[in-house]
Formats: sequence, C-alpha cells, structure tokens
Amino acid sequence: MKLKDVVDKLELKVLTCEDKVGAEVSGGYTSDLLSDVMANSKEGNLWITLQTHQNIVAVAKLKDLSGIVLVNERQPDVDTVQKATAEGVLLLQTSEPAFVISGKLYQLLGA
Amino acid sequence: MAEENGLSQVFEITGKDFGRAGTISTKIKEILQEIGIDSAVIRRAAIAAYEAEMNIVMYAQRGTLTLTLTPTAIRLDVDDEGPGIEDIELAMQEGFSTATDEMREMGFGAGMGLPNIRKNSDEFAISSTPGKGTSIDVVLNLNQVAE
Repeated sequence: MKLKDVVDKLELKVLTCEDKVGAEVSGGYTSDLLSDVMANSKEGNLWITLQTHQNIVAVAKLKDLSGIVLVNERQPDVDTVQKATAEGVLLLQTSEPAFVISGKLYQLLGA
Repeated sequence: MAEENGLSQVFEITGKDFGRAGTISTKIKEILQEIGIDSAVIRRAAIAAYEAEMNIVMYAQRGTLTLTLTPTAIRLDVDDEGPGIEDIELAMQEGFSTATDEMREMGFGAGMGLPNIRKNSDEFAISSTPGKGTSIDVVLNLNQVAE
C-alpha cells in the first residue's frame, strides 16, 4: 500500500518530507529500542515509536524504513526535525498510543 | 590510503557526541551504495557499522572505524580508546548491557549491539583491554552473492 493511503486512512500528521508519501509501505515495526529496530525492522516498514530524539533518523535511514510514526502526539525535538528534513526521512505523528496505531496499521495492510 | 587490492578509509568517531551519532554508518552505507554492492550485504554492513559506532559514542572517549574494500570482502575494523570490556563473553550475551538510565530512556542499551554485529558478520573478532579500549574486526564476504 502507498504511504499516502496509510497517512490518509490512519489520519497521520506529516511533520517532514511530504514528498516521500509516494513510497510503498511493506509493513510495520513497533519498538522503542533502537538496536531492536536495527535488528528486526524490514525495508519499507513504518516504524511506530515514542522516541523523539534525533538518533531515530539515522536508524530509519540506515534501514530504509518508509517513515517514523510518533505516538501519543509526541513532539519531535527540534534537531530531530532538522535532521529528518536534511536526510529525507518522513516523520509522522498520531494522537493514538502505540498499541492502537499498530493495530490499525496491521488491519489496514491486511497482514 | 590504498591497500593491496583494496581501498581503505578511516573515520573518526567522538565519544558522547550523540548529535553526530549515526553519521559515520550512514556515510559508509552511501559509499557502499555508490560502489554498487549488493543491497542485502549493505544492509548487514550498515547494521554492524551502526552498532559499532554507537558503542564508541556511548562508552568510549574516541575511536576509529576503518572501512576496507577488497574485490571479495568488506572489512570494518573498529578501535576505541575507552573503558574496555572486563568480561567479553558476558558482553556478547544478548540482553546484557552496561548502559546508563539516560541511555536506556533514549532506547539504547538493549544489550543487542555486539550480538547484532556478530549476527551480521561473516567473520567477527573482538578483543579488549580494560582501562584502555576495545577492538572489533568484522568481515562481510562479497563472493557469496550471486551476481
């Protein structure tokens, strides 16, 4: 499914790099441990997390993730937004908690 | 710096510099992509480089990551000046971590760094002198890729 459809259907707020929403979403990965995401996320996954510091950008970039979804309406740090913009990493935000948004994404992708 | 049948580049990594953490592994990934290395190998190299870089950022004063490319392999040689590791066998166990509470709150310290490096390597060697530093040597073979 295209990222744009996921963004629309899950009512995600786009915080950076709106031009990236044409990408394909391969699935999702929900975790707040960076090494876990490095080890177990797959290319094209949407990463659902509460981490808002700038180090999440390198993880998404290194793993070719389709985007990062910040849960509970958490605001990214200013340098996170700057880095994501510079590196071309799509940051998204939802008011839902991780469990709910993960469930909705799972359902949407028909996993 | 040229080696026999290969190219080598040294990257400096500064300890405790979380602002720049991840930039060296991102750079290494870009270099491998430019050369046209198989994407599955790049993904493994990126994971190994990232975890090695983060270990220096989190624990050491400074370190270097040397990327060497030969026709048959990618080598990552990581050397740091830092506290070293007292018990390497324990440090290699998944889930063991000496990260501070602050690092854990940031999502580091899962105790997966060294195991992740080993899992993504074809050859892996680690040595450490407590009080001086740690060295990790990683090799990823290129000749197993059918291309």
